Amino acid sequence: MSNDVFILAEYLNGKLADITHEMAGKARQLAAAFGGKAVVVLLGSGAKGLAESIGADSVLYVDDPALAEFNPEAYGRVLAALIKERSPRVVMMGNTSVGMDLGAGLSVTTGLPLIAYVNGLAADGGTLVATSQIYGGKIQAEAAPDGEACIVSCLAGAFPADAGRAGAGSAPVEQIASPVPLGDLKVKFVKLIQPEGGDVDITQQPILVSIGRGIGGQENIELAQELADALGCAVSASRPVTDAGWLPKTRQVGKSGLTVKPKVYFAFGISGAPEHLEGMRGAEMIIAVNTDAKAPIFDVAHYGATCDMLDLLPVLTEKVKG
Amino acid sequence: MNIVVAIKQIPDLTDELEINGEGTNLDHDALQYVLNEFDEHAIEEAVLTKESAGGTVTVIGVDTTGELDGALHTALAKGADKAAKITGDFPRGTDSHTQAKLLADAIKGMSPDLVMTGVQAADDRDGQIAPMIAAHLGMPYVGVVTGVTVKDGKAVVHKEYAGGVMAEFEVSLPAVIGVQAAHQPPRYAPVSKIRQIAKTAKVDEIAGGDAVGSGSTVRRMFKPESAGHAEMWEGSPEEVAEKIVALIAERGLLKK
Repeated sequence: MSNDVFILAEYLNGKLADITHEMAGKARQLAAAFGGKAVVVLLGSGAKGLAESIGADSVLYVDDPALAEFNPEAYGRVLAALIKERSPRVVMMGNTSVGMDLGAGLSVTTGLPLIAYVNGLAADGGTLVATSQIYGGKIQAEAAPDGEACIVSCLAGAFPADAGRAGAGSAPVEQIASPVPLGDLKVKFVKLIQPEGGDVDITQQPILVSIGRGIGGQENIELAQELADALGCAVSASRPVTDAGWLPKTRQVGKSGLTVKPKVYFAFGISGAPEHLEGMRGAEMIIAVNTDAKAPIFDVAHYGATCDMLDLLPVLTEKVKG
Repeated sequence: MNIVVAIKQIPDLTDELEINGEGTNLDHDALQYVLNEFDEHAIEEAVLTKESAGGTVTVIGVDTTGELDGALHTALAKGADKAAKITGDFPRGTDSHTQAKLLADAIKGMSPDLVMTGVQAADDRDGQIAPMIAAHLGMPYVGVVTGVTVKDGKAVVHKEYAGGVMAEFEVSLPAVIGVQAAHQPPRYAPVSKIRQIAKTAKVDEIAGGDAVGSGSTVRRMFKPESAGHAEMWEGSPEEVAEKIVALIAERGLLKK
């Protein structure tokens, strides 16, 4: 086993995801503690240039046409081969749409443990200690692998990105061909589907009236829309509302939706699952209304109330109208 | 089309979660268990797939609570055809690696065309079950999927990325799919129908093998300390509304 820390680089539409930098910064710290190197693993086709902005000790770039777009099967095979060949101490990936397709499967194929939903990582003596955020953000679990090596999947925003950006010089890049054949894939990438335009752009609104499960039903959306109209802003939502089809997907705030930073963010009937908080915690002022006084949304909100949002909305609309 | 849905029960997160005396696990016995909400979507998507492409849906889970029958009966009431549970000494909170191995061993014998599970569960500390099942079965896997369409021995799936971007993949069957959300919200099964099914339904029992373990050990479990907390407004909706309007006016954001 080496003492290297591998980081899987993640990118979309030719742009590195922040989590790549976040993990690289943390990997440098861990690698220094273990006496190894922080190695960014970048998979792609003609994507070598992406390595330039990442701050790490080195970059291992695997170039193959089958890696031109993310493909869970191709990525899984290449990573399994690299892990077996180079036996890193730690393999870091995002607990993201990409990493969630890979980590658990790699844990089975390589026999390395996986610790998921990680938002804290430290080298305690010679041991890796990973802290997972589980049970909807209500519990933190601090764990250590039973052996020395481990895969961890990290939550977006858990570590500062700046520590993982390249400084004066770029890291040396080792370019290799795929260590395994990728000609017979059972998963084929077809196309990317960009979000539909034409609807309101919720990332550009000064105020957002955001609603969650607490809205109860489609018939109540109108109450939120009336408030938004009075304020001259738009209605956005957490995942359950868009999943139910009560609002279009373009209005979804959070991990699989959009990241918003309005001046005022109203969270009506939103409990504040980590996936939602990821998309709105940068708002200048957050006002949360939820009948559950213990809802995690109140931990990030500036102001809160526990009255029934369905009672509050019409009253508030009238007062805003003056 | 032989579709198998793997499900899992998890603690009801609306309950207050208590940590055990050793500080290394939840006090599971004090908790209510419910079906993982992503598994609800997996069941719905499986039934929708059956309705459009034909076939049967079998729902299976590891009975960690002694109460899995309830979830299985509900799935049958929603349109699943068969139900099975894996039994053995698997306590509440059994790790993902163990559940995935047990499920894969049982599912292998069912020769499925398509295995669907929820993409994740709130207690997946050692990782998501779906990709582990795929790895054990040697099947391809795509997760974070919001729509599955089956045709000509293939599944066309839509996978979600951040920012509303999606990718379309074509997956040769048999395959495992991790469902983020079904095409439509999970259907409701009336309690009377579930009760009726509970009287007559046969749930196959499969004896599970050994626990494989997660490969990691929890040293400490604790509740996160929040960096801050909202300033709470008491009072009637009327009073709360007045405070909100005052704040917005102060920031010059009230339309004149």
